[in-house]
Amino acid sequence: MAFYLDHAATTPVREVAVKAMVEAMTAGFGNPSGAHRMAREANRALDDARDAVALALGGKPGEVIFTSGGTEADNLAIVGSLESRRGIAVCSAVEHHAVLEPVERAGGAVVPVTETGVIDLAALEQVLAQAEEVAVVSVMAANNETGVVQPIGQVAEVVRRVAPDALIHCDAVQGMCWLDLAAHCADADLISISSHKFGGPKGAGALLTRNNPALGVLSLGGAQERGRRGGTQNVPGIVAMAAAISATVAERESQVPRVRALRDRLVDEILASVEGAVETGDRASKTVNIAHLCFDGIESEALLFLLESADVMASAASSCASGAQDPSHVLAAMGYDRDLAFGSLRLSLGYTSTDADVDAVLEVIPGAVARLRERS
Amino acid sequence: MSAAEKQKVLVAMSGGVDSSVAAGLLVEQGYDVTAVTLKLWGGESDSGCCSVSDVDDARRVAYRLGIDHHVFNFGDDFNEHVVDPFVDSYAEGRVPNPCIECNRHIKFAKLLRRADALGFDTIATGHHAKVVTLDDGTFRLGRGADEAKDQSYVLHMLTQAELGRLLLPVGEMTKTRVRELAVEMGFDTAAKPDSQDVCFIHSDGGRAKFLGDRISLTPGTLVENGEQVGTVTAVELITIGQRKGLGFGGNTERRYVTDIDHQTGVVTVGNRAETDRPEVEVAGITWSDQPAVGPVLAQWSAHGARRNGQFVPTGEGKGRMVWDEPQIMVSKGQSVVFYDGDLVLGGGIAQ
Repeated sequence: MAFYLDHAATTPVREVAVKAMVEAMTAGFGNPSGAHRMAREANRALDDARDAVALALGGKPGEVIFTSGGTEADNLAIVGSLESRRGIAVCSAVEHHAVLEPVERAGGAVVPVTETGVIDLAALEQVLAQAEEVAVVSVMAANNETGVVQPIGQVAEVVRRVAPDALIHCDAVQGMCWLDLAAHCADADLISISSHKFGGPKGAGALLTRNNPALGVLSLGGAQERGRRGGTQNVPGIVAMAAAISATVAERESQVPRVRALRDRLVDEILASVEGAVETGDRASKTVNIAHLCFDGIESEALLFLLESADVMASAASSCASGAQDPSHVLAAMGYDRDLAFGSLRLSLGYTSTDADVDAVLEVIPGAVARLRERS
Repeated sequence: MSAAEKQKVLVAMSGGVDSSVAAGLLVEQGYDVTAVTLKLWGGESDSGCCSVSDVDDARRVAYRLGIDHHVFNFGDDFNEHVVDPFVDSYAEGRVPNPCIECNRHIKFAKLLRRADALGFDTIATGHHAKVVTLDDGTFRLGRGADEAKDQSYVLHMLTQAELGRLLLPVGEMTKTRVRELAVEMGFDTAAKPDSQDVCFIHSDGGRAKFLGDRISLTPGTLVENGEQVGTVTAVELITIGQRKGLGFGGNTERRYVTDIDHQTGVVTVGNRAETDRPEVEVAGITWSDQPAVGPVLAQWSAHGARRNGQFVPTGEGKGRMVWDEPQIMVSKGQSVVFYDGDLVLGGGIAQ
């Protein structure tokens, strides 16, 4: 038995996705690059998937590059932009490492966020004005730890005005389930998504390249994806991702208020029952599925252990390679004290979450926090 | 149900062979075992624990044993209690004891508190030492069965409360036997080399680079009988009694470091006899149970010899170890550990 409150890490694979995947691995196993009928069938399945992804993101099918996931899509956006145009890469301080690392490795600029975790637009304008040339500006749709949603429209307004030649990239990996990305990211040139965050399998993702700007290529050696990403496509993963994205878009309108109510009850009751608990960010500007809190005087990894003992699966900040909890760069950027940041907890809900999940957490948290404060 | 079956044990696994076998033995003995690997050092290192591959090794052994494996990040505590004091010691001309400080603050105090908070009865490690229960019910730390691998020196600070909640399953056996058991248990870690040196220092560059990146090192002069006979690049890296690496070559009479003045950078060398001292002052002593007085054995380095002498208390947690025969001078900062036979009595820091 498990109460799963880690949907931001990955969410259960939808049945429609499993079906589509099995179909693509059995009858539809052909190589989409081939010339014969079975190849064409696989290629057609890819085309259908491209249509579904383009529709969900508000783009055109020819603008979709299938990737191995969100990280590759982010890398392609940053490194590809830097290769194809002059100037530096700029991103917010709370980006996922899939964006931060390529930006920092290329000597790019990192823009601070306010204490509520939203990008500081004045600072962005200053960074852009000071840079001689800017190749790409990357700001995420919603943060993977706190759920804080970034104002992509306002970011785009600043970029177009101050650095009109720059591409705008939006890592929308955490936004797919909860935001209408076609509207929210309407001003972005490049949009990354990851299949397993919305009910598809791991190992599939996409980068939407609006109006197909020139973009460097990371994976050479094949004409797939119109030469923009060599390598035989992961057809089973991609068609399953497409099935999941359509289902996600179709039920978003009903899921958002349902999950928001669960999340609000979860956070409100924790805040009411645990002293020294702080909700990060401004709830009104967060995705509806994330409850992110810091508990004074405890360490997350100990709290996670006690939660797991009660069959509650949750997480804190992102895990490092060893599996240890690293202090969150997101909370550091928001100005949180290191000790308080070490006591962070992310409870993330998804399309399968129920009241029972919320109840299970509420039953264990107050006692667990009290025990840890008393004994460690 | 045996006593073992009731106990929840948290076993600290480094990814090495000793702690792998320790975990395996506890599972065999019927304990309810959970494994944890401590992430202590995030910087560059290749000589010790905490690398991703070591964590992987520990995890694979745990999965093979069918027990849960967790990783705890004690990096901040490790910096505060082990790495910073290590650097400060060198800067101030004292010999540091990183393994001892890690055991004192991290592996036992911090891990035991964490284990307690998480509902474990005891913790276990793969150290070569024994927990001995005396007739009066008090505990002592005993030397490991494998004299060459004994680690009681680096665990001497354990208190009654800590010893009472500690299992050391490989302390009763030789390292050879540990490796045999690892093979029998099918662990990939069976042939892993023993950890060497300080775990947070990279073998490229070593101590000199690690310290040079953190403090300014002081060039010094080698002086014998009042005359300069050479130079050293960093007095911080010289230790009392050191013979090699002084630039004298192999054909001359052996010279040893007999004194280091960190203020002036003067390193005095002399013959072996000049390094001997009749006694050493020890402070900051923690006793396993009752303070000792009179005849004891004392050891002043991790795998060094033990020598007889008389312990003369000079105050609370302080005393003078008067050797039966003069011994090589113990450097300031070195831990001196007192034994009654094979049992640890306590230990402190040479002044």
